[in-house]
Amino acid sequence: MAQLSRTEVEEIALLARLHLEPDETTRLETELAAILESFGALAAANVEGIAPMTHAVPVDLALRGDQVEPSLSVDDALRGAPKRAGDVFLVPAIVTGKSE
Amino acid sequence: MSLDDFEPVIGLEIHVQLATHAKAFSPSGIEFGAPPNSLTDPTVLGLPGALPVFNAAALQCALALGVATGSQIRARSRFSRKHYFYPDQPKGYQISQFDEPLCEHGHLDVLLGNTVKRVELQRIHLEEDAGKNMHVGSVSHVDLNRAGIPLVEVVTAPVITSADEAAEFMRSLHRLVRWLGISEADMERGHLRCDANVSVRRKGEDRLGTRTELKNINSFKFVQAAIEHEITRQVRIVDGGGRIERETRLWDANAGQSAPLRSKEEANDYRYFPDPDLPPLVVEGRVMAEVLRMLPELPVPRFQRYTQELGLAADDAKTLVGERALADYFDAALAAHPVKTSARTLANWILTELLGALNAAGVEIAASPMTPETVSALVVLVETGAISGKIGKEIFEESYRTGEAPKTIVERRGVTQISDEATLVPLIEQVIIANPKQVEGYRGGKESLFSFFVGQVMKATQGRANPVVTAELLKARLKG
Repeated sequence: MAQLSRTEVEEIALLARLHLEPDETTRLETELAAILESFGALAAANVEGIAPMTHAVPVDLALRGDQVEPSLSVDDALRGAPKRAGDVFLVPAIVTGKSE
Repeated sequence: MSLDDFEPVIGLEIHVQLATHAKAFSPSGIEFGAPPNSLTDPTVLGLPGALPVFNAAALQCALALGVATGSQIRARSRFSRKHYFYPDQPKGYQISQFDEPLCEHGHLDVLLGNTVKRVELQRIHLEEDAGKNMHVGSVSHVDLNRAGIPLVEVVTAPVITSADEAAEFMRSLHRLVRWLGISEADMERGHLRCDANVSVRRKGEDRLGTRTELKNINSFKFVQAAIEHEITRQVRIVDGGGRIERETRLWDANAGQSAPLRSKEEANDYRYFPDPDLPPLVVEGRVMAEVLRMLPELPVPRFQRYTQELGLAADDAKTLVGERALADYFDAALAAHPVKTSARTLANWILTELLGALNAAGVEIAASPMTPETVSALVVLVETGAISGKIGKEIFEESYRTGEAPKTIVERRGVTQISDEATLVPLIEQVIIANPKQVEGYRGGKESLFSFFVGQVMKATQGRANPVVTAELLKARLKG
């Protein structure tokens, strides 16, 4: 059975911006370990001489021409914003300091 | 403490904005200073269902840089997702390249003084820019116009050994991308943005010291100042027995110092993985052939041709290759020029008279009212002795102003140079008779008076006397 420490679960939750209650962390320790276990089957497979496959469909990347098409209106662009200030998205400050 | 006991090791990561019309993965336009959030589309906003389609022009730009830097180009490269949560990137990841970048193992030759230093490049990869956050008190404003603009990131090996070299590298890259036409490279608009990894070690040591990453150094001046400051700071710590913290530091240009960047973002794990929306990027043979066909002669080889084959002074050659339009102008003038040995003279006229006139008028070389052929024709008139250099400058000025051919102006003004003795000798004799005191002085040993006589002859001929012939004749007659 693959193991996952409590700290690792907490780190993963932080990366995913998930808030977990202590009992949820405990439950996820077990559940994530089971998921890892399933994927562990892949590690056991013999892939000697087989090129890594990152995409299931064998197609090359399609390219677009360098043509500009009309943008969304500012109102449409901001329609999904939780908050706006004039024409900009308004979000809680992330870094104290200057603009970048 | 002695800075001389230490050796800095510097690697640079420079983002270059590519000069495409549309964004990297979607068709919104690119325009500096457009109203906030007016250049977005569902892909830029990361709306559900929106899919990225890569811009072929961005690929061509990156390939041109790859070829120009002698990089190995990957026939199949790959886009990966770099994950981080930050409001400047609404979909929660940036599309970048990670383990299979487009270009690797290239190099950029940097002119340091008059020598060339080869700086190895680890990689050049494609990615998209993020939006812009403006921090206003307890909130941040987000403008996504910049999000999705195509960039290349150029990563050097840790082989740069001084702040000067780092700044010169950035200048060289700036010149190269402008030369290739793949970026407007407007520093004021952040088209080139530099991060520097800096460490120091005692001379003779093999192991690299702990490095810090300097961010936010986006001008040649700041690159130099920030790195210099960081080297001194690290040497002071190490020399005092301290340890360098591995950290990211933000350069504050106003204060002239850096401070550690503190962020609520504690986790620094980007969890790269191949972007499932984007199959492998395949560079087809015909795309590569087109890039090679379009590639101009590069600045450093051109500098070498100018100095070694044409015998130009290094400073002149450096000025000429400072801008592709100027170097192309010089080459066009040279091509029109019948005598290749006078490349030096031609360069002088272009760099002094033409650039002087253009600068005074605030005109770019590309918009010069005088064609390279005209400049060449004028220089030929001077070199063959048809007109004097002094008259040449007047003709230049008039031709620049009116667009008239130099030869036409010379004929109309009747200012051809006088070289025949039959005309010059009587004039010279008049000058000698009219100035007995000076003649006496000269014969008494005041050789500096010689130029006075030349000047008098020039005055008598409105500057048309051939200075070489005049000098010879004068010398013979002044001997007494």
